[in-house]
Amino acid sequence: MNTRPGNSLIGSPVERVEDLRFLRGKGTYVSDFSLPNQLHAVILRSPEAHGVIRRIDTSRARALPGVHAVITAADFGARPPHIPLRLQPLPELAPFHQPVLAFEKVRYVGEPLAVVLADTASIAEDALELIDVEIAALPAVTDRASAERGDSILFEPHGSNRALVWTATRGDAEAAFVKADVVLKERFHIQRHAAMFMEPRGFVADWNAETQRLKVWGAAKVAWTNRRILATAMGLEETAIDMVELDVGGGFGSRGEFYPEDFLIPAAARIAGRPVKWSEDRREHLMCANHARDIEINVEMALAKDGRILGLRGMCYSDNGAYLRTNGSVGPRNVAQFMSGPYKIENIHLQTTMLTTNKTPSGTYRGPGRFETDFARERLIDLAAKKLGMDRAEIRRKNLVADADMPYPLATIQPFESVTELDSGDYHAVFDRCLKEFGWDEKSALQGKLIDGRYHGIAVGSFIEGGAAGPKEDARLALETDGSLTVHLGSSAVGQGLETIMAQIAADSMEMSFDRIRVLHGSTTHVTEGYGSYHSRSTVMGGSAILLAAEKLKDKIRECAAARLGCSKDDVTIDAETVRFKTTSLTFAGLGAEPIEVEATFYNKKYTYAYGTQAAHVSVDVGTGHVRVHDYLSVEDVGRMINPLTLHGQAIGSIVQGLGGTFLEHLVYDANGQILTGSLADYLMPTASDFPNIRSITLELKPSPNNPLGAKGAGEGGIIPVGGIIANAVANALSHLGVEPMELPLSPPRVWALIDAARRAKR
Amino acid sequence: MKLAPIRYAAPATMDEAIALLGSCDAKVMSGGQSLMPIMAFRLATPELIVDLKKIPGLDQIVIDDQGVRLGAKVRWCDIESDGRLAQANPLLAEAIKHVAHYQIRNRGTVGGSVAHADPASEMPAIAACCEAVISVIGSKGARKIKAVDFFISALQTSLEADEVITEVLLPAWPAGRRWGFQEFARRRGDFALAGIAAFYDLDGQGCAANAHIAVFGASDRQHRLPGAEAALNGRPVTPETIAAAASAASAEVDPPSDIHAPGEYRRALVETLTERALAHAAK
Ligand SMILES: Cc1cc2nc3c(=O)[nH]c(=O)nc-3n(C[C@H](O)[C@H](O)[C@H](O)COP(=O)(O)OP(=O)(O)OC[C@H]3O[C@@H](n4cnc5c(N)ncnc54)[C@H](O)[C@@H]3O)c2cc1C
Repeated sequence: MNTRPGNSLIGSPVERVEDLRFLRGKGTYVSDFSLPNQLHAVILRSPEAHGVIRRIDTSRARALPGVHAVITAADFGARPPHIPLRLQPLPELAPFHQPVLAFEKVRYVGEPLAVVLADTASIAEDALELIDVEIAALPAVTDRASAERGDSILFEPHGSNRALVWTATRGDAEAAFVKADVVLKERFHIQRHAAMFMEPRGFVADWNAETQRLKVWGAAKVAWTNRRILATAMGLEETAIDMVELDVGGGFGSRGEFYPEDFLIPAAARIAGRPVKWSEDRREHLMCANHARDIEINVEMALAKDGRILGLRGMCYSDNGAYLRTNGSVGPRNVAQFMSGPYKIENIHLQTTMLTTNKTPSGTYRGPGRFETDFARERLIDLAAKKLGMDRAEIRRKNLVADADMPYPLATIQPFESVTELDSGDYHAVFDRCLKEFGWDEKSALQGKLIDGRYHGIAVGSFIEGGAAGPKEDARLALETDGSLTVHLGSSAVGQGLETIMAQIAADSMEMSFDRIRVLHGSTTHVTEGYGSYHSRSTVMGGSAILLAAEKLKDKIRECAAARLGCSKDDVTIDAETVRFKTTSLTFAGLGAEPIEVEATFYNKKYTYAYGTQAAHVSVDVGTGHVRVHDYLSVEDVGRMINPLTLHGQAIGSIVQGLGGTFLEHLVYDANGQILTGSLADYLMPTASDFPNIRSITLELKPSPNNPLGAKGAGEGGIIPVGGIIANAVANALSHLGVEPMELPLSPPRVWALIDAARRAKR
Repeated sequence: MKLAPIRYAAPATMDEAIALLGSCDAKVMSGGQSLMPIMAFRLATPELIVDLKKIPGLDQIVIDDQGVRLGAKVRWCDIESDGRLAQANPLLAEAIKHVAHYQIRNRGTVGGSVAHADPASEMPAIAACCEAVISVIGSKGARKIKAVDFFISALQTSLEADEVITEVLLPAWPAGRRWGFQEFARRRGDFALAGIAAFYDLDGQGCAANAHIAVFGASDRQHRLPGAEAALNGRPVTPETIAAAASAASAEVDPPSDIHAPGEYRRALVETLTERALAHAAK
């Protein structure tokens, strides 16, 4: 394929090198991977949402032919290991850490109670039915009201179902509200939904008793952190564990966090003395992998008569589920810290209370907290425009942060303080570009129009996307003796085309041809330390590490060449995989007797902020409540584009996910804490034909000043404002009825109910 | 999501199949598209599966002066690709377009759908609307059951445990019959939140006669709506008549609530869809 020399690959639409493997069915996902002599693990999960464990009797299950062991909490001593937090590891959240197996109490339907090891997964499932479990049920806490009532408490010693309050502050919110000409006060709710990657989770673990070493296949996202957690829980040295990343069928923030199974499967392998394999099924995924979003946002917006937003204040209630998972604070925290988005709002006092409930614990899902908070903010801005009689585009222009204000500090969040600032951007230029490409002026004529039984509406809104979380990333480059380059990287692949992008960066920085580069990533065997893929960080962090390593490698290559060419290293030039001194030259192949290796680390404290504007044109069928998306456009500035093709895929995919969260996806519980959406027949995902009209334009207006690539993390972007923009478009379509959606999802029954209520009110 | 231990048989004759069905807790399998998921969730754990795949003669679509005969093993894709049906029963052809997704349509069958009797499925709605006759055979011999006597409740039919459906007959479709089919599902191919299958003939005065309006997805089974039919019969089909029939239709149903929609939404949907189906018929 591409063999262009020089600095030309970055920015080119290079086709994904991964695709050939995947499309030919040659990928190796964890389910494809097996070891000889392996046992299959199946997990017994709590059928009760809340209760005290009285008894677990495994004797009948163990007697079933083909069953080798049944592991319960009793196998791990007086107290089973608990899973620590990866992000915001506050000591006051320690009481809410999840044990690897339910300990004394069960707190959600699906919580692991025991692990069955058998010759086949089918036999292990048969054995599940033979385990006798006695749970003394307690009343389930399933929403804010029951959590606050406090007559049933998940963690009794803590005394309430309130785990922690996050507070975001900037300026003087109280004063701003005193000065305000107009104040809006609304309550919004975003439903519980979750990352539903195509390949569910899974592991194969192998314990070698002779060498006392453990190897785990199926690592993703943050292999090094998980190795550290696992080592502590198993009483091993970190270096005694290898975590291997196989192909990964999607992550979206959820896969690769440390879950109970991350411990249970390796521990089972050690107990059984045989390799153990576990493949999550979809039902398990729906009730065990991180849930997300579920938050009530009570917020007030203060404005001046001219449309300037003076302040935000309010209290949000995040339904975090039964335990605080590794990154369970991120969403609730982000809702408070990022509500101002790309707008210049100087006075902020926003809080989020994290509540524990008897539901699956939550974690991050693409655009954590941002999807939620943008829903509230963009809705408020449209409501404010209506109240002030202003144009919806004009009020946004008036409030967008100006280029001249950069870097622009956002609200500071407490506890676990985080201070951050918008790095760069021409927000107005992107806003205007979006309106132009969308055809805002022409489409404005459609607002509220009834055409063929459907009312049409449009909306526009802006967003920011944080990226490039530090503290650092490692890259190790090896110029092999055959002249090819191996890139070992701490970043991990979660389906985002990492191998392609990193090879582009490596090829350009080494001025080598693309097909001479091999990228190895995500496994703990590749570099000493790695931080992985989250917070839209791998391109910026891993890519910058490659740039630094490439400089070091070129230096070392000159050194080697100088020794062989008999000159000083400064006299050596490198060009087209060849080193030269005067008329003598040597090719990279055979330059050294051994591979020439270097390792470099890119450190980063500052985040990047990609930003953009999106616009939507919808129509609503008032007879059914169905909303059709006629046009959806996203314009985003990512500073510097590595690969327009993969980025385009990220943007479109992300918007589709956002539309899924806006219209379809909903994890529903009943009042007893039973999850009612146990399959994809009930948990509705967007399918290929649902949203055909999505467009995305990516710009490179303002490079990030915070990394040598100038790139900004852009893996989440598209999803962030979708809910707010669609809801605004629906309100616009139904303005004659005064319909104002405050909750997601905008399912047909919900939209119809809003229409019905508005009509009744008019009558 | 692994099956419980189970035995499997694929007999070559109907007699063998019936004998096997009577021998233990056994289940017929046709396309497996409803049965397999249920077994994977262990909601059904029969001892024996009796697969119809080797039994000859159940996979034909015969069109004669009696109407359209659908063999029990006729698949959705067979109906979809049979061009004769546009004339012979356009209501059936239209309805089946809404069933499930490509892969499922390549396996799911008429007999399986009718026997499964999901209250939101299309084929039973067409059977109810068209007054289908369902032929079955079992240890006590063969019998024919009228659709109205066949569908009892959600997932419940008057089929005996050892009986196998062999054919569904949709009576002949006169030329000039007006028809409409409407359903609303969350996504293309999903089970409907509600749906309406309707037809009527025109009498000498240009008024509606012989109106048949069946609802699905809005109660525990597919059934006709006599009130709506009465609102139509003997009247010219004007927007007013249609509105009256639609309003009668919604008054005749008392839909259940579930996680996908409250009953009141489904009731409103029945009105909307009846109106749209009849408007299509009147065009
Ligand atoms: C994702 C998905 C979406 C779907 N969407 C729709 C939809 O929108 N509309 C719709 O109508 N259907 C839908 N279906 C169901 C599908 O159409 C099934 O194929 C159909 O309902 C059953 O047909 P089958 O041949 O697969 O029957 P099977 O699964 O083989 O059997 C179903 C039941 O019928 C019994 N049975 C089968 N054949 C006979 C017979 N000849 N005599 C007696 N009993 C018999 C079986 O014992 C079993 O109880 C969907 C299925 C899936 C998986």
